[in-house]
Amino acid sequence: MAKQGYRYSAGKLVKHGLTRGDWPRMWSRPEARSSYDVVIIGGGVHGLATAYYLAKEHGVTNVAVVEKGYLGGGGSGRNTAIVRSNYLTPEGVAFYDRSLDLYNSMAQNLNLNVMFSRRGHLTLAHTDSALRTMHWRAEVNKLQGIDSSVIDPQEVKKQAPSLDVSSGTRYPILGALHHPPGGIVRHDAVVWGYARAADHLGVHLLQETEVTDILCEGGVGPDGKGAGGRVTGVRTNRGDISTPAVVNCTAGWASLISNMAGVPLPITTHPLQAAVTEPCKVFLPTVVVSGSLHVYVSQTDRGELVFGASVDPVGTYRVNGTLEFTEELAGHVLELMPGISKMRLLRQWSGLCDMTPDYSPVMGTTQVDGYFVDVGWGTYGFKAGPVAGETMAETIATGRDADLIAPFTISRFTEGDLVGEKGAAAVGH
Amino acid sequence: MIVVNCPNCGPRNSSDLRPCGELTPRPDPSTASLSEWRTYLYLRENPAGWVTETWYCRNGCRRYFTIQRNTATNEIRDSEAP
Repeated sequence: MAKQGYRYSAGKLVKHGLTRGDWPRMWSRPEARSSYDVVIIGGGVHGLATAYYLAKEHGVTNVAVVEKGYLGGGGSGRNTAIVRSNYLTPEGVAFYDRSLDLYNSMAQNLNLNVMFSRRGHLTLAHTDSALRTMHWRAEVNKLQGIDSSVIDPQEVKKQAPSLDVSSGTRYPILGALHHPPGGIVRHDAVVWGYARAADHLGVHLLQETEVTDILCEGGVGPDGKGAGGRVTGVRTNRGDISTPAVVNCTAGWASLISNMAGVPLPITTHPLQAAVTEPCKVFLPTVVVSGSLHVYVSQTDRGELVFGASVDPVGTYRVNGTLEFTEELAGHVLELMPGISKMRLLRQWSGLCDMTPDYSPVMGTTQVDGYFVDVGWGTYGFKAGPVAGETMAETIATGRDADLIAPFTISRFTEGDLVGEKGAAAVGH
Repeated sequence: MIVVNCPNCGPRNSSDLRPCGELTPRPDPSTASLSEWRTYLYLRENPAGWVTETWYCRNGCRRYFTIQRNTATNEIRDSEAP
């Protein structure tokens, strides 16, 4: 039975301000049941969104989200919070545009301010070939009805006055792909919004619960795992849970979970580092991305500059930051914006990315009945969170891959039908 | 910083070399089925622990060699030529 959710409103804010009463907890910490209709592994944006849409759109509320740490502690809390839909392939464009729509109505639907700021998105071109790819992307985007166009350096300067658009730099700015609907969202709020809404609909959020094995029967591999088998449950550090459906939403750890079901993935795990400066007066009105310089930057509402880069070349599960990263980042950022040379970095961190060979996700049904994947999101998982949740929920509820994710199923690797999205990855990899 | 022992050039910062990923056995191209070949091309074990992987000494002797690395800690052992 769904509980009545606590509504946030201006009236409640005044009431709590005057009475100094405690706000109710955003979600509960239930005891695990012995069985669920669906168990979702991974309590980030993707897992929570899948749980929310399963409960809301398909009436499946006997669902558990199991998370080995705390909600939003992985990639969902470590990304640089940029959203956009100016991708290179029609498949990618259709997918991410739906995600942007969902982000746009999210604050209303989840009754939580996710601070979605559609401030525009600039992808800088420093070479003729990059400029050509921008034109290509702009045309693909326009054909799909996405607001996207190539602008010249003077217009770039108008959009982001702090950029150095002179011709004397090592990587002169020759133009940019301008995408006005792109922007930034507060990523923690998205996690909390989905968690709270899913909890109100009856979904169990089981934190500090680590899956140690996926129980299968009938498969070709050892212990009934692998192709042709079906899922019967999961083993966790808090006991076994029986379930006919398991969803893998674990980003950087996706291979480890998937190997438990005997489904090898085309994924390698790489850390991606990011950093944030001390806050200052807002001077950067748009999101700026430079592929050649391996950097993207935006300024939060608090005034901090948030920098991201490409993934580290060495695949590892270790998430410590490196000096090489900050050195390189500083050099590249100062080339774009010489005026910020006196700013200090506040902190740097790193998150794990599940990289696929074609820079596209692996989603939907697998060769094991009842085992679903929503992985391979690499460096672009956050911006797809809502639509991934929506389409995965449909896939789980109907047992068939939703139309939007059909190009992204795992069978594309055995059939040799990869999706070429590398050209539109945020920065060169 | 990860220090990798090149069999020719000795200990080098990993940024001097190119990691080529985990060692996957290459099937015989003349007899392998399409699915075996694509499994070799794309699917990876990607473990969090000891893995045997290939590195390329990009800025040094340009030799390919294998090492063992723990992907959870980045500890390295057994530098050897293939």
